[in-house]
Amino acid sequence: MTPLLDLRPGDAATVAAIHADAGLRQRLAALGFRIGRRVELIREGAFSGPLHVRLGTTDVILRRKQAAQIDVKR
Amino acid sequence: MKRVALIGMPNTGKSTFFNRVTGASARVGNWPGITVDLLTAKILLGGDMVELVDLPGIYDVHGFSDDERVVRQLLETAPIDLVAIVLNAVQVDRQLALAIEVARLGLPSVLLLNMADEAKQFGIRIDTAKMAELLGMPVTLVSAKYGHGQPEAMAAMARALATSVPASTDAIRSRLAEVDRIENDAASVIGAAVDIPERLPAHVSDRIDAVLLHPWLGIPIFFLLMFLVFQGVFHLGEPMQQGLNRVFEWFKGAALVPLFAGLPVLLSGFLLDGVYGGLVTVAAFVPLIVLFFLFMAVVEDSGYLSRAAFLTDALMSRLGLDGRGFVMMLLGFGCNVPAAMGTRIMRSRPLRLLTMLVIPVSLCSARLQVFMFLAGAIFTVQQAPWVIFSLYLASFGAAILTALVFRRSYRSDEPFVIELPPYRLPTARQIGLRAWQEVRHFLHRATKFIVIGVVLIWLLTHLPSSVPPGSAGTLAGMLGHAFEPLLSPLGIDQQLTLALIFGFIAKEVMIGAFAVIFGLEGQALATHLHASFDWVQAYSFMLFTLIYTPCLSTIATLRAESNSNRFALVSLAWGLALAWGVSLAFYQTMRHFGY
Repeated sequence: MTPLLDLRPGDAATVAAIHADAGLRQRLAALGFRIGRRVELIREGAFSGPLHVRLGTTDVILRRKQAAQIDVKR
Repeated sequence: MKRVALIGMPNTGKSTFFNRVTGASARVGNWPGITVDLLTAKILLGGDMVELVDLPGIYDVHGFSDDERVVRQLLETAPIDLVAIVLNAVQVDRQLALAIEVARLGLPSVLLLNMADEAKQFGIRIDTAKMAELLGMPVTLVSAKYGHGQPEAMAAMARALATSVPASTDAIRSRLAEVDRIENDAASVIGAAVDIPERLPAHVSDRIDAVLLHPWLGIPIFFLLMFLVFQGVFHLGEPMQQGLNRVFEWFKGAALVPLFAGLPVLLSGFLLDGVYGGLVTVAAFVPLIVLFFLFMAVVEDSGYLSRAAFLTDALMSRLGLDGRGFVMMLLGFGCNVPAAMGTRIMRSRPLRLLTMLVIPVSLCSARLQVFMFLAGAIFTVQQAPWVIFSLYLASFGAAILTALVFRRSYRSDEPFVIELPPYRLPTARQIGLRAWQEVRHFLHRATKFIVIGVVLIWLLTHLPSSVPPGSAGTLAGMLGHAFEPLLSPLGIDQQLTLALIFGFIAKEVMIGAFAVIFGLEGQALATHLHASFDWVQAYSFMLFTLIYTPCLSTIATLRAESNSNRFALVSLAWGLALAWGVSLAFYQTMRHFGY
């Protein structure tokens, strides 16, 4: 298990655990972050900007801080 | 009258559907959560008039964000006869839970799967009959953008409404508590009724994103695009404005002057130079405003705003803001009022307040008119677009400075997780509707404020009638004199001061005010301004106008949205202080170097 943050652009992995409070967990779930879902890192923003990830047909951008709260299995 | 509510996630085209059905003008934005007010319209459905309510876009009904709380409160208090659930057919796999949540509440529902055209391109096939059977509600495919499936959707809604038995609000309240197993149910229906290809075909969005979201090129491209937009507005709008001016002048000479010839001099002067002069000077800007909002509508509906949020979040996070705050600033280029209201999508109060402090320095379309007018009068046609562009940069600069000063007072730790919608080609109808709505809003504001404004200014510059109009002895002269010690170090003279005082109400008044103060309009006014002010004075005045205050409506909105008089006062005082400091620094520096 590694944090989503550690993926490199082009890598895909499976969501394994989400360490977030209820509010954020719910928002993430609504956008498709659920245990077992495939997630692909598309690109990283310059200057420590946000990450652009893809879950199924949905594209999501999230800050590195939130990406550190999501664990994935390769 | 029966009530039908539209519910759906952000970015599903719910507002587009609403617009199409009602023929009215809900704001359409390809940005999660832009629909913040409840729009209602009366429509004919199956032979009866019903009230259609467009609810804010929500992810679920649990109520963590302001928008979700609004929807939940409405469901718990207002009886609803039918809920039309609008979902994005492309993302039905993750959105269906919302439909099941709503059905669980006992609300009579129909499901409209929108963007059926995009789903088809993705190769997604949906068995609506199977899905309807499993969900226990009618399901139809629609494309709100093109109007496909609309008659079928309306018929399904009418049929459902005829037999609907609304649940009591008490029952809904109790059921809202037990909606946990929904996601599992969604998964089983998806498994049975939806066929999504394993790998979606490489979409055009990806190729566009590779360029527009490029780590190094993304931001320069953003500024280049904005510059092209403003160049386009200026070069296309300028000739139209000149043409309109000539028409207005001709009308005045040919029709109004002979018509008012019999009236007393004071009264005909009031009507011609006051009311007519003020009104037409503003009216000449309507083509520019139309163009501006046409371009803005394209940018907004294309999905590029979310990309702007991605590109700028790194900078914004260092300012204590986030990428959504940048998008609100961009929306503020149209009008600050909806931009301030758009901050409702932020959950943390300090973040919302800091964003609302930054929005008022956004160079809105009303200020753009003032700058277009002055830049056109003082600078050459080649220089003017660069002057305007530099003012947009000054607007960003003032925003950054504001955030740096206040970020420690409004600390927040709100997570930044937003959806990146695919690029969409806005249809001509959508853009036309948006632009028309903005123009109507502009004309409404313009006429309301300008008539009152120019009448007041005319009275101030012409009373008492014993002294020459516009001289130091008039009320306006005294008012300007009172502010002189404060504003003359900025190069702002008494006449410009008067325009600033009225610009406080609304910037649309300012150009009308010039016309009345100088007793000239159109080209004659521009020529007079060119002779009276040098470029350092004019630019100092424009900087002050940009920053000192947006307008009364914005201040009222800030007060209402923050629910705090103190916050509104802080924003107002900061704007005045910053404007004074920036103009003083610019004017004195330039004069020091001999310009």
